[in-house]
Amino acid sequence: MKFVELRNTRQELYHFQFRVSVAGIAVLAAFAILFSRFFYLQVWQHDYYNTRAEDNRISIVPILPGRGIIHDRNGVVLARNFSAYTIEITPGKIADLDATIGQLAAIVDIPPKDRRRFQRMLEESKSLDSLPIRTRLTDEEVAIVAVNRFRIPGVEVKARMFRQYPFGEVASHVVGYLGRITDKDIELIREADLAANYRGTDHVGKTGLEQSYERELHGTTGFEQVEIDSGGRGVRTLSHSAPTAGKNLGLTLDIRLQEIAERAFGANRGALIALEPSTGGVLALVSKPGFDPNLFVDGIDPANWDALNDSADLPLNNRALAGLYPPGSTFKPYMALAALELGKRTPSQTTFDPGYFMFGGTRFRDFKASGHGYVDMVKSIVVSCDTYYYSLANDLGIDNIAHFMGQFGFGARAGIDIEGEATGVLPSAEWKMRRFRTPEQQKWYPGETISVGIGQGYNAYTPLQLAQAVAALANNGVMYRPHIVSYTEDAKTGERTLVEPQPLTPLAVKPRNLELIRTAMIGVNREGTAAGAFARAKYVSAGKTGTAQVVALKQNEKYDASRVGERLRDHALFIAYAPANDPTIALAVVVENAGFGARAAAPIARQVFDFYLLGQHADRPPEAAPVEDGDGD
Amino acid sequence: MVIRGLAERFTAKIDGPLFVIVCALLLLGILTLYSASFEQPGRIAAQGLNIVIALAVMWLAAQVHPLALMRYAVPAFLLVLLMLAGVALFGDVRNGARRWLPLGFGSIQPSELAKIAIPLMLARYFHLHEGALGFREYAVAAVLLAVPTLLIARQPDLGTALLVAAAGFYVIFLAGLSWKFMAGMFAAGLASLPVLWGVLHSYQRRRFLTLLDPSQDPLGAGYHIIQATIAVGSGGAVGKGWLKGTQTHLEFIPERATDFIFAVYSEEFGLIGNVLLLLLYLALIARGLTIAANAPTFFARLLAGSITLTFFTYTFVNMGMASGLLPVVGVPLPLISYGGTAMVTLFFGIGMLMSIRHHRTLVQT
Repeated sequence: MKFVELRNTRQELYHFQFRVSVAGIAVLAAFAILFSRFFYLQVWQHDYYNTRAEDNRISIVPILPGRGIIHDRNGVVLARNFSAYTIEITPGKIADLDATIGQLAAIVDIPPKDRRRFQRMLEESKSLDSLPIRTRLTDEEVAIVAVNRFRIPGVEVKARMFRQYPFGEVASHVVGYLGRITDKDIELIREADLAANYRGTDHVGKTGLEQSYERELHGTTGFEQVEIDSGGRGVRTLSHSAPTAGKNLGLTLDIRLQEIAERAFGANRGALIALEPSTGGVLALVSKPGFDPNLFVDGIDPANWDALNDSADLPLNNRALAGLYPPGSTFKPYMALAALELGKRTPSQTTFDPGYFMFGGTRFRDFKASGHGYVDMVKSIVVSCDTYYYSLANDLGIDNIAHFMGQFGFGARAGIDIEGEATGVLPSAEWKMRRFRTPEQQKWYPGETISVGIGQGYNAYTPLQLAQAVAALANNGVMYRPHIVSYTEDAKTGERTLVEPQPLTPLAVKPRNLELIRTAMIGVNREGTAAGAFARAKYVSAGKTGTAQVVALKQNEKYDASRVGERLRDHALFIAYAPANDPTIALAVVVENAGFGARAAAPIARQVFDFYLLGQHADRPPEAAPVEDGDGD
Repeated sequence: MVIRGLAERFTAKIDGPLFVIVCALLLLGILTLYSASFEQPGRIAAQGLNIVIALAVMWLAAQVHPLALMRYAVPAFLLVLLMLAGVALFGDVRNGARRWLPLGFGSIQPSELAKIAIPLMLARYFHLHEGALGFREYAVAAVLLAVPTLLIARQPDLGTALLVAAAGFYVIFLAGLSWKFMAGMFAAGLASLPVLWGVLHSYQRRRFLTLLDPSQDPLGAGYHIIQATIAVGSGGAVGKGWLKGTQTHLEFIPERATDFIFAVYSEEFGLIGNVLLLLLYLALIARGLTIAANAPTFFARLLAGSITLTFFTYTFVNMGMASGLLPVVGVPLPLISYGGTAMVTLFFGIGMLMSIRHHRTLVQT
């Protein structure tokens, strides 16, 4: 060892030990910092981090309730659910959407139609929504995607419940359809304070019963608290609250009758409503053309959507509730009843019809140019004499007419249990005041009353209103609110909650007068304007034909040279009930641009009655009414 | 008698207090690893083997006389330099970094060896120039330290570079580098931070920025820090209990058997466990510094001091990282993290400490 060094050992050691002490103090200081940090995290901020840890590990997973099933009065299913696998993409989790779809297309077929539909949904949704790009996968496709899933992040295979409408277009306007929830729907759900119940739900009823009974059909969402790992995989269930399935709906509607009625329209546009007069239950509700609600279930593709939206036939419009038509001559029985009730006519009192009615220098023409001669009340209905009603309307005056007709629900929403009803127009001097701006327009002219008397002029009612009114005639003046749902049914227990028929204010009319109208309307079907349509019927029915003039094209209609002629033709109308002495069915039919009510509308009613009353269906439509003289209107 | 004699000879050079502390830490380590690697139970056996090997290495290192260690310093240093150069030229790239040197029979990480070779070399250098330490000597030492450190930093392996630089710096500091000079260097260092920033890899910069605000990148780099901090904080005062850490067992803690094992420990044993761990490390460091303070030669003192303070560096950086105080650098928690390489290096250091302790009186001549 070197002696030189030994000499300094003591001092060196002292120096060194000083440095070591400094290092030791630095170590203590550093550990004190660590301790402070631990204290801060584990004691001071413990609650915060504990919550964060809990949030990490617990995920609340909604368990969707099964949507209620809709079936007709005989238990035939009109809307049901089926389970299918879908491939879903969450755009927010994906950097290059096109590349991902490309990758996906390499392993399963993605038809262009599905791609377009996906694009459409993409535009309407939020980035963290999970959107289906393919639905109804086969088991094989599920397996292929599942195996490759790890290579395509943001893509998932999900089992979902889909809505299915086995009857397709039949009763589409009644049942409606389910569609993806939009921002607007979300807003409505929030307002109704149902946001929690709709967690996990991505479809909601858009029209028809699916919409109006959304709450009942949806059910109550269950929740499951699941412990999840960092990959989001469930590890175990912590708590579970079961969902309550939506209520099933039992309808008053008879789907077979509905099918018969829809088929009876053939290629015609129009609407039909058949009611059970003693309850207001809807037996059939037709709006032609219809649409296939199944198209909407997976999200409708743009081509189909455009086709439905742009069609001049307006297939998405529910004509039965929202279509407005002048009642034409179907208005006459009510006019006659008004005359009896208000003492303006007696049944036997006759009016001479020379083929026209002169008023203030204007000639109001009867459709029969040669005139009907002396016409009493029954005959006026049976042959549908216009002149009789021109004169009657003039005698009654518009305010009497409006007041009397108001009792039948004309010009007021009937309050049926699906949405979209139009109000219609029950013309009166007061209505005109409200409707128009200038004093010139606001004034009611007596000449206008005369047109109103034969169901033309400002008159505009929905087929539902026409049906409700004729049901009132059928049911001796006792009216019920029309409804489609007859009961809701607990999906589990099968317990049914009946929808009680809601009686409306009974009509203030004498039975004797109603009886006279009945006799006249029986005459219409027996030897009058609808005699052809009801030839050889095995029951007695009461009816009234009508023809409504299409005055002008509606503003939103496109000009279509090849069809404009057809669309200017008159609408054919018919109201009826049967059996005449104890009616179980009352209906109103409107066939657009089909000409005489006797020819186009009454045969439809005949088929419906035949089926409903006799359980038979004539494959061959009944003979058309002969188009001679008086049968026209 | 013979057996007892053999046992005594076998354990003669093992320092009792140091060994007890180390065993306590190993025990905590195995318990924590058991919890952290529930999905890979094989790791316990593997870590057991690592420990056996590391203890053997410790025992061997404890048998080597400090003077012999000094003799091997230069060849070891040159070998490490050579290997680091080799890594730079022919190294295998794993996880985006060139750290491994392929040898015929396997591959090694020369940067691990540097953690021992560099303090050895510097301690020897200062020992030989003891009593005449001037600017020239410190400058030479700085170069000896800087070359391998930069090679490691370039790999890039910031964690190891940091540990190597710290080990070298401790030698220089303990050798008596003037306070004024250190203050000057510190100032210069601060001034050169912007330059350093430009030299850093983008992922290193990101780690640093993420540390300042982990929520900026909650699914990327910030995820590690956020989840580890949640684990520590949710542990509370007494912890969630062994095997009951939800962050651990639901796999929210990344790298939970290795670099982030402290988050696992902390979640399950809480502040009380943390204090225990700090005290154990503190005891180990205190013992090491005591050994250094009482070592007979300048070389032994510097070496012992550097080994001990490097141990501290591991501990501080790892715990600081797992609790969100320091940026994420790949530094294991000594004697607890899963992995053989760091374990062997650490135990080699402890073995050297024991050797220095044992030979403290044998140098007087």
